[in-house]
Amino acid sequence: MQNQAIQVKGLQKSYKKLHVLKGVDFEVERSSIFALLGSNGAGKTTVVKILTTLLKQDSGTATVNNFDVAAKPDEVRQSISLTGQFAAVDEILTGRENLIMIARLRHLKDPRQVADDLLNRFGLVDAADRRVSTYSGGMRRRLDIAMSLVGKPKIIFLDEPTTGLDPEARLEVWKTVKELAANGTTVFLTTQYLDEAEQLADRIAILHEGRIIANDTLADLKKLFPPAKVEYIEKKPSLEEIFLAIIGKKEKK
Amino acid sequence: METVKKHFLSDMGVMLERSMRHIFRSLDTIITVTIMPIMFMLLFVYVFGGAIQTGTDNYVNYLLPGILLIAIASGIAYTSYRLFMDMQSGIFERFHSMPIARSTALWGHVLTSLVSNAISVLVIILVALLMGFRSSAGVLSWLAVAGILALFTLALTWIAAIAGLSATSVDGAGAFAYPIIFLPFISSAFVPTESMSGPVRAFAENQPVTSVVEAIRALLAGQPVGNDIWIALAWCIGIMLVAYVFAMRVYKKRV
Ligand SMILES: Nc1ncnc2c1ncn2[C@@H]1O[C@H](COP(=O)(O)OP(=O)(O)O)[C@@H](O)[C@H]1O
Ligand SMILES: [Mg+2]
Repeated sequence: MQNQAIQVKGLQKSYKKLHVLKGVDFEVERSSIFALLGSNGAGKTTVVKILTTLLKQDSGTATVNNFDVAAKPDEVRQSISLTGQFAAVDEILTGRENLIMIARLRHLKDPRQVADDLLNRFGLVDAADRRVSTYSGGMRRRLDIAMSLVGKPKIIFLDEPTTGLDPEARLEVWKTVKELAANGTTVFLTTQYLDEAEQLADRIAILHEGRIIANDTLADLKKLFPPAKVEYIEKKPSLEEIFLAIIGKKEKK
Repeated sequence: METVKKHFLSDMGVMLERSMRHIFRSLDTIITVTIMPIMFMLLFVYVFGGAIQTGTDNYVNYLLPGILLIAIASGIAYTSYRLFMDMQSGIFERFHSMPIARSTALWGHVLTSLVSNAISVLVIILVALLMGFRSSAGVLSWLAVAGILALFTLALTWIAAIAGLSATSVDGAGAFAYPIIFLPFISSAFVPTESMSGPVRAFAENQPVTSVVEAIRALLAGQPVGNDIWIALAWCIGIMLVAYVFAMRVYKKRV
């Protein structure tokens, strides 16, 4: 029980007639990286919003850091931080001002010091006093993630952290995410990119048509794949192939 | 929950500081909310002033209340704009997922609207003094003027909140302000309503801006305010409450 940072049971959510989540179950272990994989419109952001108390589910339960998201939203917010799908940075403020603002909202003792440390860690020192509107996409995303680290929350949600980034910036974000988990933070990330989940996650759950159709470590997911393909070439099956295979099976049923 | 409440004021301070930075870094905002009303004032006093018969020898005194209302109406267009931009950018989601009182994000904008409009009103009054504006009003009358202007600002701010929260484009977020900016022109702000033709005059005499203008003008001139102040207060408070209820409804729906 204590080992789970997030527990989700029978989560359902509809937007008017659109039944987006039809009973989602999964658990996320502490200090691990969990990837929720799904195509555009699968409902990833909806799950993130429910877990971060921005949206109420229709039924089912979700606990984050052992607090029920519906019953104890304030306690949940004390434990988490969210880097949403669209950069949640203030374009008109400088990078430093953005970090100081969040540090002050989290009532930390020395907001300037907190900002300095994070600017250093994310390689934003040179750009610290420039307005964010002059930042590149990668810098913006790094600042966005840095802002989520202010106050060292236990659990971090990253909703499609690399969508729209160039390959170089993507690698930077990956490095950051790995460092986070190495330091004991639980990372919940969503992605449309199979290779991203493959690169980062300890555990991967695939959200498809409102349900989790697979939830395993990468190694176990690969076992699901029919071995027949191996004879073709030596290459191991990619997650993409696994994804297609699972979906294919479901649809045949 | 306790810590969330304890920090409400300091959190509001952070929000206020943030939005004030937005204002001071936007030349466009500063020009629209102070330079433009001052230009209007110069234009009316030094260009049209000679031709306008108001029955007073000091046209700046006559004009100032209306100019202040135009400045506030222009100012709240930016309140709406800033709110809209926050909704778009996802920064509201960040605030809402943080351990701070939820309402801080919205109320920060309301407070900013009050503070920034107070600043532009002060600047315009200083310029008016240079142009010959004089008032015999005592402290209490000035406080009453400040109170009416604050209520007027709040009423428009909540209208701005509805627009900012429900707009689907930047233009939409600001467009609601144009009719409001225009209202002072069809009121007693620049010329006495007696000089207007029938239906226009009827509208001018019964719309909120006229009572607000008349009340402020009387207070500043040290004259008895009569009924105007109550009509003005009723309009401002009425509009404020209705707009507040609608804005909150939209807000709850959107977040
Ligand atoms: N507020 C909303 N109102 C109506 N439909 C919505 C709303 N938010 C999302 N949807 C729809 O729900 C589905 C899932 O959305 P979302 O959770 O954003 O998916 P993902 O993040 O996986 O791309 C999509 O079809 C989307 O159009
Ligand atoms: Mg999404």
